[in-house]
Amino acid sequence: MNSSRFEKSLTLVTAVGLIATMYGAFLWAPTERTMGDIQRIFYIHVPSAWNALLAFIVIFIGSVAYLITKDLKWDRLAVASAEIGTIFCTAFLATGPLWAKPAWGIWWTWDARLTSSLILWLMYLGYLLLRDFLEDPQRRATLAAVFGIFAFVDVPIVYFSIRLWRTQHPQPVVMGGEGSGLDPVMFKVLMLSWAVFSLLFVLLMILRMRLEKTRTEVQHLRRAVMLQS
Amino acid sequence: MTNLFLAYAVVWGVLMGYLVSIASRQKSLRREIATLKTLLEQKDQGR
Repeated sequence: MNSSRFEKSLTLVTAVGLIATMYGAFLWAPTERTMGDIQRIFYIHVPSAWNALLAFIVIFIGSVAYLITKDLKWDRLAVASAEIGTIFCTAFLATGPLWAKPAWGIWWTWDARLTSSLILWLMYLGYLLLRDFLEDPQRRATLAAVFGIFAFVDVPIVYFSIRLWRTQHPQPVVMGGEGSGLDPVMFKVLMLSWAVFSLLFVLLMILRMRLEKTRTEVQHLRRAVMLQS
Repeated sequence: MTNLFLAYAVVWGVLMGYLVSIASRQKSLRREIATLKTLLEQKDQGR
């Protein structure tokens, strides 16, 4: 299968998957007993958080690979992932308070999960801002890679925060140990949204990496024009 | 219910905005490539 056909198929599957996720979240999944309909934010909040964490893992891999190989393709992977991660981090940080207000009575609290998540978002912004300040591609890639590796420390903190500390944020409902668990239909809808958001992540990565490749082409052409004049 | 719809609207809005931003940046870079290639060809012919 060529790349264009693969991309079209991926776009189609993702679009159908997103419609199915909406159907699942609003019509198929039962209404949660204590929180009511507001709990349906869960099906968009959790996969957004998953994609944000996945993005940081990809930045980490890209950063380590760049420092080892000095090949700029790894830097392109990292920057694409950072931008997409920022988008999903913004999504889960925005949907969280919209869920928290009716469920907890407050928009925000400085507990371990929420604070470490906000730090994660600030790290993404810092990573992207750092890149904007540096002109030389190799220097930019090296410093960004070091920052990307350093920032990755926050990922396990975000993930384990609700297991390690007492937080306002609910305990994990999947693989959360004794007393945790989800209604089987809720679990199916969550798995569907998780799978579809993962596909969306891959699709966005393809588009964003292509943009970075085009930008590199522009830089080469600019250099060629400058050399000729 | 307002918060529920607002949450979904925010996520779809952010994602749609991002897709539009990628497409517009890609288009602008493609245009720059075409301009730079024309410039290079003109310079080659001028030599």
